[in-house]
Amino acid sequence: MLSYILRRLLVAIPTLLLLVVLCFLLMHAAPGSPFNSERALPPQVLANIEAKYGLDKPLPLQLWDYLVGVVTRFDFGPSFVYRDRTVNGIIAQGFPVTLTYGTISFIVAVLVGVSLGVAAALRQNTWIDYIAVGTSFSAQALPNFVMAPILVIVFTWKLGWLPGGGWNNGAWPYVVMPVIALSTSFMASIARITRSSMLEVLNSNFIRTARAKGLPARTIVWRHAMKPTMMPVVSYLGPAFVGMITGSVVIDMYFSTGGIGLFYVNSALNRDYSVMLGLTILYGALTILFNLVTDVVYAWLDPKIRY
Amino acid sequence: MTARAAPPAPAPFNPMLQEELSMTLHIRRATAGLMLSTALVAAPLAAQETAPNGDALAEDQTLTIRMLDEHTSLDPQLIEDVPGSDISRQLFEGLMVQDENGELEPGVAESYDVSEDGKTYTFHLREDAKWSNGDPVTAGDFVFAWQRAASPELASEYQWFIGLMSIVNADAVIAGEMPVEELGVTAVDDRTLEVRLSAPLPYFPQMTTHTTTFPAPQKVVEEFGDAWTQPGNIVSNGAYKLEEHVPNERVVAVKNDQYWDAENVIIDRFVTLVINDESQGLTRFLAGELDRTEMPAGQFPRMKQEHPDEAVSFPRLCNYYYTFNLSESGPEAFKDVKVRQALALAVDRDIVVNNILAGGQPPAYTFTPAATAGFTVPDVEMASMTQAERDARAKELLAEAGYGPDNPLSFTMLYNTSEDHQKIAVALSQMWKQKLGVQASLGNMEWQTFLDARSQQAFDLARGAWCGDYNEASTFLDLLTTPSGSNDGKYSNPEVDRLMLDARTAEDPQANYTQVEEIIAEEMPVIPIYHYAGVYMLDTDVGNWPVNNVEQNWYVKNMWKKAE
Repeated sequence: MLSYILRRLLVAIPTLLLLVVLCFLLMHAAPGSPFNSERALPPQVLANIEAKYGLDKPLPLQLWDYLVGVVTRFDFGPSFVYRDRTVNGIIAQGFPVTLTYGTISFIVAVLVGVSLGVAAALRQNTWIDYIAVGTSFSAQALPNFVMAPILVIVFTWKLGWLPGGGWNNGAWPYVVMPVIALSTSFMASIARITRSSMLEVLNSNFIRTARAKGLPARTIVWRHAMKPTMMPVVSYLGPAFVGMITGSVVIDMYFSTGGIGLFYVNSALNRDYSVMLGLTILYGALTILFNLVTDVVYAWLDPKIRY
Repeated sequence: MTARAAPPAPAPFNPMLQEELSMTLHIRRATAGLMLSTALVAAPLAAQETAPNGDALAEDQTLTIRMLDEHTSLDPQLIEDVPGSDISRQLFEGLMVQDENGELEPGVAESYDVSEDGKTYTFHLREDAKWSNGDPVTAGDFVFAWQRAASPELASEYQWFIGLMSIVNADAVIAGEMPVEELGVTAVDDRTLEVRLSAPLPYFPQMTTHTTTFPAPQKVVEEFGDAWTQPGNIVSNGAYKLEEHVPNERVVAVKNDQYWDAENVIIDRFVTLVINDESQGLTRFLAGELDRTEMPAGQFPRMKQEHPDEAVSFPRLCNYYYTFNLSESGPEAFKDVKVRQALALAVDRDIVVNNILAGGQPPAYTFTPAATAGFTVPDVEMASMTQAERDARAKELLAEAGYGPDNPLSFTMLYNTSEDHQKIAVALSQMWKQKLGVQASLGNMEWQTFLDARSQQAFDLARGAWCGDYNEASTFLDLLTTPSGSNDGKYSNPEVDRLMLDARTAEDPQANYTQVEEIIAEEMPVIPIYHYAGVYMLDTDVGNWPVNNVEQNWYVKNMWKKAE
């Protein structure tokens, strides 16, 4: 197991390198530059700026300088658009915010989603099932960019209960709406996957055997049915967790949370090369890490899997 | 500061699509020795209870406004966007400031003298100007800042502004051919700043209200490097000092007790909240979280009805136009002036401003906005015609040019991604199709790609917008001269070039501007569509928001919150 994890981590290094190179080349192939605007800059001014950021060097050299900086100094360079800030600074400020609301959303989505799914499966075709399924379908149908403004209209403007945006170091009133908006659709997916998986498991032979043995229903569900039920859920949760902690541009935009989701989208649109690359590496590394975590959890859930 | 994109409303997700408006300069021959802004206040108000106009003051003097985007920097010499300049205008103070109407008032400089030849300005700095750490603000702080702005090492985009100021040796310093010490700005003593220009520039004092020219604290900049603008490090000389900055969330500034006129500053806490989405901004305004927010496009009529005292609209110094590609790569058809005139005539601007934007924007028949100081809109024929007359004339002209049902005119019109640009482009193409049978296909591009295509003349007809760098017609009309780097349509008329060049030294440049507008109205290198309006929701308890300042260079130190 340990050697498996190590092997996976080693493979991650060339994967990340490839990601950086591809992203770097695509970024520079896109038309435009971080310094374009409606005003055409005088050539001399543009030359000064490009010299300052090394953009006047040949592309392979720029890529090399960048990689050396990242590997030797863990320095992702300055932002080209936010002129007095660095990529490290942007991540250090924005990632904790995203991590906080992402993790809380994840926990909420898993707890509520799994409960709804299990309840629906155990009481299939009763009103409980209908409510659970109805809730999760409506939640899925309501995208967060629709839900976010509605939440603010209801809870901030009409009721006056919650602040309409901001982060305020993660004080709870500021976290509530982002968490609702972010977790809802994940929660709905988890509920649906859990329900169908649980139904399948409950109809399988080993559960019938357990029933025949006369085991109490509670033991059957929690001791025998739960683990196999979670298999497809876990395979969904790995990427979902990365998606949540790397933030959502919609959440950052509508709730002014200051997370990195908005920076990521903006950096692509502004051609802020260094921020774009830095965040891509972060996302890539997290994706690789949590795919690994998912696989390890698999091994625990399913004794048939051996690494 | 120019319009990077200057759409009427920003598209979500893209900070570069913001309406970047100018920190501009008001043209008015200010005399040396100006009166104090607060001369109306008879006695200093220790614990203020009333505003200068007698308004009763609210207990909580916090002003909270929405910012479209995170500022790109708070370093005055690096600032290139509206949020950055709006915030730093409160934190720093330049030689001159503007009042509610955009007229010049003394800032750090109490007065200035101009030499006979108009090429040397001597600014006399006030004795009591201090940095927030208590150090005096000296002429050397300005010399340091201006040298810094021009230096290739800092590589500010606003090096061009130092060039525009015509300071002696500016170009050579920017090119790295001379050391920054050779820049034509010197500290005669701590309180006397001398600036030498390479040519007389009548609006030079107005340029000293621009963020690029704000002083910088040398010791602090050298101690902290790029991080000197972070809260805790930053030292500033304006009415406010930075207390908190959470990127993409908020900036909090509090009253600076060291400010020379602190006793007349009423607002003691100034907060900006970054809210990208305009509708979200409006909801939060209605919820009472904001004192000011921009109006989402199309919402003005409804808000005006529901909140008549809070919905405000006033003219701004920006235009919105479509430019023909007149270069080699442009379509042959556009080289015919009749085609250009026909397309310009057939645009029903009233539909654009009343039905699409609906925020009080004036329709445009000239390039320069009517709100520009000193500029009188010439009587161009198109403006006085009815739309029916324009349409009839457009049909005639296009037929004369040889286009009709048998030989339909077709081209692509390019604009950058934004809901409002799209609505306007669709409306224009429909008008042309219905009235003239013209096939205008829509080309929508993401902002950076759009800029690239436009600057390389890879278009037929392209959207453009410009906000004045200073409040005078030349900031607009220079765009249509041959040497202008932003003349993407490559219109070139020696007569226009000559008139604009002469205007720089002319006794009355306005006559030249009028002539240029008349030439443009005749030759139609661009189709002016509308001029901008500032459309806000502004809380009634905000006292003295300068709606008459067309450049919207506002100073929180001149405002107050009324008791309600």
